[in-house]
Amino acid sequence: MSHFLDNLRFFKQKKTEFSDSHGVTTEENRSWEAGYRRRWQHDKVVRSTHGVNCTGSCSWKIYVKDGLVTWETQQTDYPRTRPDLPDHEPRGCARGASFSWYIYSANRLKYPKMRGYLMEIWQQARAEHKDPVDAWASIVEDPAKAKEYKARRGKGGFVRASWDEVNELIVASNIYTAKTYGPDRVTGFSPIPAMSMVSYAAGARYLSLIGGNCLSFYDWYCDLPPASPQTWGEQTDVPESADWYNSAYIMMWGSNVPQTRTPDAHFLTEVRYKGTKTVTICPDYSEASKFGDTWLSPRQGTDAALGMAFGHVILKEFYIDKPSEYFTEYARRYTDFPMLVMLKEQDGVLHQDRFLRAADLVDNLGQDNNPDWKTIAITEEGELTSPNGAIGYRWGEPSAENKERGKWNLENRDGTTGEEKNLLLGLKDHHDDIAEVAFPYFGGKKHEYGYFQHTDHDELQKRRLPVRKVKLKDGSEAIVTTVYDLTLANYGVSQGIENDGCATSFDDDVPYSPAWQEPITGVRREDVIRIAREFADTANKTRGRSMIIVGAGMNHWYNMDMNYRALINMLMMCGCVGQSGGGWAHYVGQEKLRPQTGWLPLAFGLDWARPPRHMNSTSFFYNHSDQWRYEKLGMEEVISPLADKSKWTGSMLDYNTRAERMGWLPSAPQLGTNPLHLKAAADKAGMEVKDYVVQQLKSGDLKFACEDPDNPQNFPRNLFVWRSNLLGSSGKGHEYMLRHLLGTRHGLLGKELGDADVGRPQDVQWRDEAPEGKVDLWVTIDFRMSTTCLYSDIVLPTATWYEKDDLNTSDMHPFIHPLTEAVDPVWESRSDWDIFKGLAKKYSEVCAGHLGKETDVVTLPMQHDSPAELAQPYEVKAWWKGECEAIPGKTMPNIIPVERDYPNTYARFTSLGPLLDTLGNGGKGISWDTKEEVEFLGKLNRTHLEEGANQGRPRIDSAIDACEVILSLAPETNGHVAVKAWEALSKHTGRDHTHLARPKEDEKIRFRDVVAQPRKIISSPTWSGLEDEHVSYSAGYTNVHELIPWRTITGRQQYYQDHEWMRDFGETLCVYKPPVNLKTIQPVLEQNQNGHKEVVLNFLTPHQKWGIHSTYTDNLLMLTLSRGGPIIWLSETDAKAAGIEDNDWIEAFNVNGSIAARAVVSQRVAEGSAMMYHAQEKHVNVPGSELTGTRGGIHNSVTRAVMKPTHMIGGYAQQSYGFNYYGTVGANRDEFVVVRKMGKVDWLDTE
Amino acid sequence: MNASALDVFFFGIYPYLASVVFFLGCLIRYDREQYTWKAGSSQIMHDRKFRIASIMFHVGILAIFAGHFAGLVIPYELWTWLGISLPAKQLIAMGVGGFFGIICFIGLTMLVHRRLFNPRVRATTTLMDTLILLVIYAQLILGLLTIFVSTGHMDGEVMHDLMSWSRYLLTFRPVQAVEYIHDVHWIYKAHVNLGVTLFVLFPFSRLVHIWSVPVGYLGRNYQVVRSKISAAK
Repeated sequence: MSHFLDNLRFFKQKKTEFSDSHGVTTEENRSWEAGYRRRWQHDKVVRSTHGVNCTGSCSWKIYVKDGLVTWETQQTDYPRTRPDLPDHEPRGCARGASFSWYIYSANRLKYPKMRGYLMEIWQQARAEHKDPVDAWASIVEDPAKAKEYKARRGKGGFVRASWDEVNELIVASNIYTAKTYGPDRVTGFSPIPAMSMVSYAAGARYLSLIGGNCLSFYDWYCDLPPASPQTWGEQTDVPESADWYNSAYIMMWGSNVPQTRTPDAHFLTEVRYKGTKTVTICPDYSEASKFGDTWLSPRQGTDAALGMAFGHVILKEFYIDKPSEYFTEYARRYTDFPMLVMLKEQDGVLHQDRFLRAADLVDNLGQDNNPDWKTIAITEEGELTSPNGAIGYRWGEPSAENKERGKWNLENRDGTTGEEKNLLLGLKDHHDDIAEVAFPYFGGKKHEYGYFQHTDHDELQKRRLPVRKVKLKDGSEAIVTTVYDLTLANYGVSQGIENDGCATSFDDDVPYSPAWQEPITGVRREDVIRIAREFADTANKTRGRSMIIVGAGMNHWYNMDMNYRALINMLMMCGCVGQSGGGWAHYVGQEKLRPQTGWLPLAFGLDWARPPRHMNSTSFFYNHSDQWRYEKLGMEEVISPLADKSKWTGSMLDYNTRAERMGWLPSAPQLGTNPLHLKAAADKAGMEVKDYVVQQLKSGDLKFACEDPDNPQNFPRNLFVWRSNLLGSSGKGHEYMLRHLLGTRHGLLGKELGDADVGRPQDVQWRDEAPEGKVDLWVTIDFRMSTTCLYSDIVLPTATWYEKDDLNTSDMHPFIHPLTEAVDPVWESRSDWDIFKGLAKKYSEVCAGHLGKETDVVTLPMQHDSPAELAQPYEVKAWWKGECEAIPGKTMPNIIPVERDYPNTYARFTSLGPLLDTLGNGGKGISWDTKEEVEFLGKLNRTHLEEGANQGRPRIDSAIDACEVILSLAPETNGHVAVKAWEALSKHTGRDHTHLARPKEDEKIRFRDVVAQPRKIISSPTWSGLEDEHVSYSAGYTNVHELIPWRTITGRQQYYQDHEWMRDFGETLCVYKPPVNLKTIQPVLEQNQNGHKEVVLNFLTPHQKWGIHSTYTDNLLMLTLSRGGPIIWLSETDAKAAGIEDNDWIEAFNVNGSIAARAVVSQRVAEGSAMMYHAQEKHVNVPGSELTGTRGGIHNSVTRAVMKPTHMIGGYAQQSYGFNYYGTVGANRDEFVVVRKMGKVDWLDTE
Repeated sequence: MNASALDVFFFGIYPYLASVVFFLGCLIRYDREQYTWKAGSSQIMHDRKFRIASIMFHVGILAIFAGHFAGLVIPYELWTWLGISLPAKQLIAMGVGGFFGIICFIGLTMLVHRRLFNPRVRATTTLMDTLILLVIYAQLILGLLTIFVSTGHMDGEVMHDLMSWSRYLLTFRPVQAVEYIHDVHWIYKAHVNLGVTLFVLFPFSRLVHIWSVPVGYLGRNYQVVRSKISAAK
């Protein structure tokens, strides 16, 4: 009816009053309510998730109305858990709930974009050159033009371009680069495959097919804890969050669960109702601190000291005073405590050397296969034994007479005789002698600003411990002891030996007693003793149900390994690792790509050519952004007092370069010449390519690219960035990148090393003029205009997470679930799969006349989980100095010719190649036949019928096809493959593991299955936990319960690290090392004053509340919840000292650059530190810096990467390279900044 | 002097056309475009100077509206019966109208300035918003100018003519109505004409909010429950 007429019925409407006329019931028209009801009506609900770098991996309902995404809510239909365990649903947080804002926002990328000037010169060049490759050459070979378009990066000027035009320009640049400098001068960076694995695979597949490099992320983000590979031979494996509910004692150590693991936090809340105690260890009063029954607040960066003191109490009370049977049995079987370590005398003192090996002993102790790699222990009968499980048992050619196969397990057996043997834990009652051993002590170093406290203990701590004498093969006698005895002595725990130098009580100020740590950490000794006791006592009573949840913050310090090993040691001492409800829960960044082995061939084109080119990003960016030209941290400052200082006079980069040449770390670019030209040269010389390259390298005619990174031949010419905000988030040394990689305006305040300065590299060519603008073409693919996009030459608009089909997994829950296309990609955006498919197609067309079938030469470092990890068992030797032969794959990287078929790049991209039929598939050291799955995919996806390079091969046209490839090939999603994988592992261990997958053998998860509902994955040997109905996923579970060895030198969890460089760094055992001095303050402190007071603060960059890294930090909804721009948190005391009030504009700076932000003055923050939630975008409310005159920077404007040589170690069992597994990490927390109030806030609006 | 054709159109025909547009326009808009039936407040954009300006404008305009209602709609015999003579009535109208006219003028000047020059307000302004504001502004200025003209004839005769015009118009006798108005000062004519035009613009502008002044709230029960039966309609 008419609204107007309704009103005319005013007097006739029946009204009934109630409650003494307080209320009235009317019968007026209610049709207006339909407007509100329509607001929540929708046409369909689609399942998707947020492919963001977050471990949440929450499934979401996406609501679509009139063809538009309107909003999203949390899915609640996760498969149920078992009785007595809370369910996972619902999962999600405010950040995810705000995502749909992006799709139609002004910040959404809608069209391909190119900087106007570049488009102008490109179109001009195209008019002059018929061939796009020639056109590109005419631009980059003209220094004036090249300099000009590079200098405009980051200064706006984008114009809309067509897909055809950008694709042509990009491939022209790729082809020109491959042809002129080599395909390994083309590089791509994309992180976290688990968050959208097909999108990652799209770019990686394109790059791998054309011979480009794929860069790692986990190490670069500094989320990779090298302590994990060191201890377990495992990148990172952790319990799912539901396993918290099985825990009886939880420490949250540097992890802010409610803030950064929001969808999982409910398990932590729930388990507290069961009576589980939670202890929070965190320097600031964070959200997590409120969660703890106890909150300990150690000074940031000193966690190792606290951890060592905890360990001291545990060892003393549960190993010495009243030994726990559970702990000692666990230690004997699952850790290297019983293993023998040689002690070497030097300068009159004994110190720790390497593990005793079978090869040291007479007749190799009966071992023929890999005796160099078999560690030795003593049986209870007092005999030497090589127990099963050492890495030497893992490898060796399988043959009838090979006795080795089947002994790589953790059974208590002698490896030669197969007899059951119990190992001695320590030598206390079985020693030949008591010897004095020197332990390096680092806690006496004075800190530059006196911020971190030191103690006055001697840098050599002498401890007396029991030893035995062992006769060696060469007739000499070695003094040995066990790791257990060394560990006790190292912790300062007395076994009752007279004058052993250890603490006599917890109040004795001896490293590492509770009393000793007090001045360093600021934590009271009573608290340390009480918490350690509770932690261990709980574990003892519950058989290991004590857990430590740890966050990246502690891993971002230069000496992160010590922080991590200190707490990992606690878990190993208490038998928590591998037990349900116990263990190490490091939830950072890797997010567990569950169907990994199904994904690998798709992502790296392993179905067409092997090996792919992988590169560790920290070394890459440190090297190519010339951060080494400014390096002030000398290696002699950080090595052990016991190390030979003459070995450590080189610069940081020298050791990386040496590691590359010794085959430890990968290189990008690899060789100092175009690898496509080597085959022809070898043919001319009449040699095999491999021999030719070795000969050239040995003669010095050919060098590694890393020996001269500033040579234009070795620039990383092309860079793709997708699914990442490299320059706005992870790029440590932001300003260095702007200057050297991009060649545009930067805010560097420091100077390069001058002629007179020490610290220039010895093995690397120093060029007087630092190159600027090394990257010719920077392409970023994103759905929003991020900081990285702003600095790119070309920006490609990609589909958002509600506009594409993909897969998603996490380490926090056991499900695999999809991203699906709720609406078509809006405007001209395309999915990542379609973008790279389009590039592959264009590449195939444009390369005609430039590249055909070519032989590429790839260098490959010694890979972990491959036989090559047994490359260098003893001393570090440089082949180029003649210290050893140059043997590819042994003393230097392997050198492998790889066929490229450039004109068929597209044909290869869109089909599953033949190498899976011939070589099979696998991962982590095992492989299996996969012909059946390939055949199945041919039927499912159909095969290519047309004649050509891919005729008869299964199709991978769409992203869903790609998903099916992953799901079919992976043991986690195909039960049949899982059984094959366990069978393959059984051959190594000699134990039948197939029972773990048999119940799910017929289960096959397909894409539409996960669209219908998230699916729980199937247990596979790729992972160390089980996905079954009886236990929650818990890392190390199969090691403990299936007796599968850890992938370390001893096959056990290792307290002891015996590589030569580990010894030189004094990190054989865990020690306390204070933060290092990066010397970034003095040159700028009080140099350029603005009248406000300057204070020096430690600069911390934790994960934030209003974003997931940089994503959502430019989302209006999240900006509204925070302060709407960059902020730095300060303590009230420091703010007062500097005359800063809350919300003042402040500047934080050091030699690396400067940041302008608002101050948040809060009691939350510990005095002496400044906290800037990392990755706040540069394009939201950031004014100019008073010091640099350029826009006020991001959190990484004041940081840069500093590398540690122990992370470069390779060819050494668990310390061997693996992509995202081991390598240098981008530490940044030892950094200090000068903070002061800004005098004038200039918005640089006229620019 | 006889009325010209223009006078007949503007003062005898146009007001009826305007009324049709006004009533029909409001009715149709109210029934069909409920979501557009609003005051269109821009207070959220910028409210520092806005509050006082808005209050001054609304107080002034409401008083003026009441004055015009009293003068043009209420029969003048009533005033005579109450003992208020024509000259006295004119004096009151000039005084009270002038006072509130000034208040309204100050408020409206601020509002016009704000609407035209505040970038945030400007960005959310439609053409009709600006137009209606400027028309009211012009009408107000014309109205204030009539005060000066009125000082030339304090006997109240002109006022009587205007009152008669509206009386005859409202009682559907346009021919006689025009007779009363055709030779008053042009300022009055312009003011009357623009006033009629305001009625034409009314249904197309934010002025419709006048119909919906929530006076009902003053005497309403605290809680209003709408019955389920009516929801079905």
